Amino acid sequence: MVNDFFILMKQELVIFAIIFILLFIKVGSKEWKNTDIMNLVNILLGINFIVGFFGGKEGILFNEMFITNPLLVFEKSILSFGTLIISLQSYSWLKNHKHVPEFYMLLLSTLLGMFYMISSGNLLMFYLGLELSTIPLAALANFDLDKRRSSEAAMKLIISSAFSSGILLLGISFMYGTTGTLTFSELPLLITGDSLQVFAFILLFAGFAFKISVVPFHLWTADVYEGAPVAVTSYLSVISKGAVLFVFVSVLYKVFKPLALTWYNMLVVLSLLTIIIGNLFALRQNNFKRFLAFSSIAQVGFILIGISGISQIGSSSVIYFVLVYLFSNLGAFGVVSVVSALTGKEEIDDYKGFYKTNPVLSWILTISLFSLAGVPPTAGFFGKFFLLLSGAGSNNYPLIIVAALNMVISFYYYLRIVKAIFMDTNAQPIEKVSVPSASKLALYLCVAGVILVGVFSGVYNSIFNLSFGF
Amino acid sequence: MNLSLLIILPFVTALAVLFASGLKQVRTISLVGSVAQLGLSFVLLSQYLQQRLVDKTSRMLFETDMGWFQRMNIHYHIGVDGISIAMILLTAFVVVAGVLVSWTTETLSKEFFFLLIFLSAGAYGFFISLDIFTMFFFLEVAVIPKFLLIGIWGSGKKEYSAMKLALMLMGGSALIFVGLAGIYFNTSYNGLHTFDLLQISQSHIPLEVQMFFFPFAFIGFGIFTALFPFHTWVPDGHSSAPTAASMFLAGISMKLGGYGCLRVATYLMPEAAHAYQWVIVVLATIAIIYGAFATMMQKDLKYINAYSSISHCGFVLLGIGMLTRTSIAGAVMQMVSHGLMTALFFAAIGMVYSRTHTRMVDKLGGLLKIIPFISTVFVIAGLCSLGLPGFSGFVAEMTVFMGSWQNPDTLYRVATILACASIVVTAVYILRAVGQTVMGPITDKHYEGLGDAAWNEKLAAGLLLAGIVAIGVAPFWLSDLIGPGVETINKVLTVIK
Repeated sequence: MVNDFFILMKQELVIFAIIFILLFIKVGSKEWKNTDIMNLVNILLGINFIVGFFGGKEGILFNEMFITNPLLVFEKSILSFGTLIISLQSYSWLKNHKHVPEFYMLLLSTLLGMFYMISSGNLLMFYLGLELSTIPLAALANFDLDKRRSSEAAMKLIISSAFSSGILLLGISFMYGTTGTLTFSELPLLITGDSLQVFAFILLFAGFAFKISVVPFHLWTADVYEGAPVAVTSYLSVISKGAVLFVFVSVLYKVFKPLALTWYNMLVVLSLLTIIIGNLFALRQNNFKRFLAFSSIAQVGFILIGISGISQIGSSSVIYFVLVYLFSNLGAFGVVSVVSALTGKEEIDDYKGFYKTNPVLSWILTISLFSLAGVPPTAGFFGKFFLLLSGAGSNNYPLIIVAALNMVISFYYYLRIVKAIFMDTNAQPIEKVSVPSASKLALYLCVAGVILVGVFSGVYNSIFNLSFGF
Repeated sequence: MNLSLLIILPFVTALAVLFASGLKQVRTISLVGSVAQLGLSFVLLSQYLQQRLVDKTSRMLFETDMGWFQRMNIHYHIGVDGISIAMILLTAFVVVAGVLVSWTTETLSKEFFFLLIFLSAGAYGFFISLDIFTMFFFLEVAVIPKFLLIGIWGSGKKEYSAMKLALMLMGGSALIFVGLAGIYFNTSYNGLHTFDLLQISQSHIPLEVQMFFFPFAFIGFGIFTALFPFHTWVPDGHSSAPTAASMFLAGISMKLGGYGCLRVATYLMPEAAHAYQWVIVVLATIAIIYGAFATMMQKDLKYINAYSSISHCGFVLLGIGMLTRTSIAGAVMQMVSHGLMTALFFAAIGMVYSRTHTRMVDKLGGLLKIIPFISTVFVIAGLCSLGLPGFSGFVAEMTVFMGSWQNPDTLYRVATILACASIVVTAVYILRAVGQTVMGPITDKHYEGLGDAAWNEKLAAGLLLAGIVAIGVAPFWLSDLIGPGVETINKVLTVIK
């Protein structure tokens, strides 16, 4: 029993241990150098990532509060890997920051929350995990301590997430009222589809939609992304979104199976809205972080189309896309992060003529953007293709046609940046940036991921084998 | 022969270019790599012919079939028939010529050659794919390098043109995607949905499905090959692109579309092809005539060639749309012929432009006296373009007309006559452009000191000319080569009839 406990919760325990180590460092009498702390945490995060590969077996703990299986372990590994990359990328930003241990403690608490959320077998446990993963994020958004925008972002984030949590809780309580249970394994048997249940489900759905910024619940996204430090923005847009998406698919496919028709229709409408509005707003952005915020909204729209396929292709392509999206988005954010930390420039216009001064970073950014746009041979192509193919599986071709044409729009705004980098001239280009080796490693990992995860089909095939059907 | 070499070789070359140091190394590696591609395609040709003599079959040869994304039944399935080999040869010729022509590129030469070679990998991959997912993958691989090539090394309003081209081609890809998804979910081979070209051709797609998805596939590929009214990227794209990219664009890239229209849309959905036949023929005829008349109005040599490409690619679509054995053979021959001819034309224009720094017809004149070699090449390319016997254009267009005439319907007869008549217009604009630039008095005395073609330019022109003449004088080898492949497609089409 005790053994089981340690093996099944290994990833949570490692994160927990890291948080404790940081706490001791903080309260201890010895003064640690920032770089030492960062190196230590990065190594420990690496260990955490590796731990994910060993002994992934199925298990249930605490009366179905905590469930684990190889797929969930894999999903957590994806998230830990992403966290490691973000941590490496924010090296130059954190180096001179006053509160490095706190940064990591908050960051890892949210990661822990996501792990619990992914492993939850009960709506309450899910809610707990979600809150743990959200509230520290608001503090993190405020981590550019001397910038007003940063605290504004934090305020917006905490208010909007509190609001969405409220909606979610209301949904949960209605769900409990109509079925008498909160356990995932019992819910599908008790959901009959009467109107109060559907209402409760819609509230729950809205709670989810808030977290993954589905239109019309997206209004907080752009401001928070723009104001927060780049590291936190990339964490919000990749890790936190990815975690909720993992849960979202499995909850829809497994728990709310009886309401499939309801959520299919909702998904169709919301995905179209999300893609179109995300794209239209992304067209006009000039701040790089805001731009990535809107483009990531559009990406979520594509993910919803993948989910609407209601098949094993759907669930596996969503998980696969989150992985691909992690590499590509972190590649783009990584470059923005490094440039912003060293030069303070965050506008797209600043990137004009970027290729002349920073060819390597330009290529990394370009490849990442191509992957976000879905250009082969990058992984993004495969991700998008499978999402849309999955959506086409439910024979809703008008949806697929609109989505495919929207890919062309998204193409335009990604190419606009490529054009700025390669073709435009600039009187004051961003000067040559010297990238710290930790960030360099992270960027190379992202590019390698973008190039390899697609063409080498093993990754997708094994995700497919792990994932679940409808 | 292992066909994957055709993808691996350019890929390795491109990587080698990336790691090369110095202009000289970059050039040498690109040239060696592209010549090796040419060698490889000749080896492929000879092996294929031998094999076919032995086997006496028209099926795909040198197949490799590996699972790729097995759970969705997506395979890396490659193989060739005569049509693919003809296209591969065309690609190899144009790539070598393109590398030679851009020999003097000095700004960002490494990136330039990298993209050029990378582009060719996409084209080869497209032509050898037998799985339409793989095909789509390579088709899109070949789009983005064009955007960068035009946007970075182009001239004129290059950014606008690059963006227009990329977006229109991506729009085409989006339509193709819808077509592919429709095909995939409506086929069942051994109980699985499939992307495999050969399996789909054996499993019958229901008529109403074909009717819905054929336009997506055909228009999607059609955009690549300047199907009217989706041709607008052609003039801007071609005229802004650097010489080698123009050659690629007109010589290879537009052929991707024609090949896809034939191999995917028409071959897999023959009933819908018959049903929509009149639309295709009408659009193709419009493209032919509109292209020809639009060319007459142009003053810029590159625009002249770009608009005439719309007209010439109209013949490809006309040949496909007529759906007879001869007309399809003609369409394939026209693809090869136009590829070589237009590449030569663009090469010649590039050579003129790099010397005189203008492409305006009215500013040029008397070039034959100053740069005789380039001028001769220019004249030959023009004559080939207007379909003079002895060059490939005549053979290909003639075959298309013969095939078209076999269609007894009045509409198709009228279309054929109109298409034939367009040749007169072609003659007008070609002779006028060629005459004004090459003959007459020297308009600008700055031109007098210009040097004639360098060795690389001579070699490039010679190579393309050899191909054009080889088809023009002895067309039977090409029609023999593509014959069985065309027959396979024709069989599907006649069964339906």
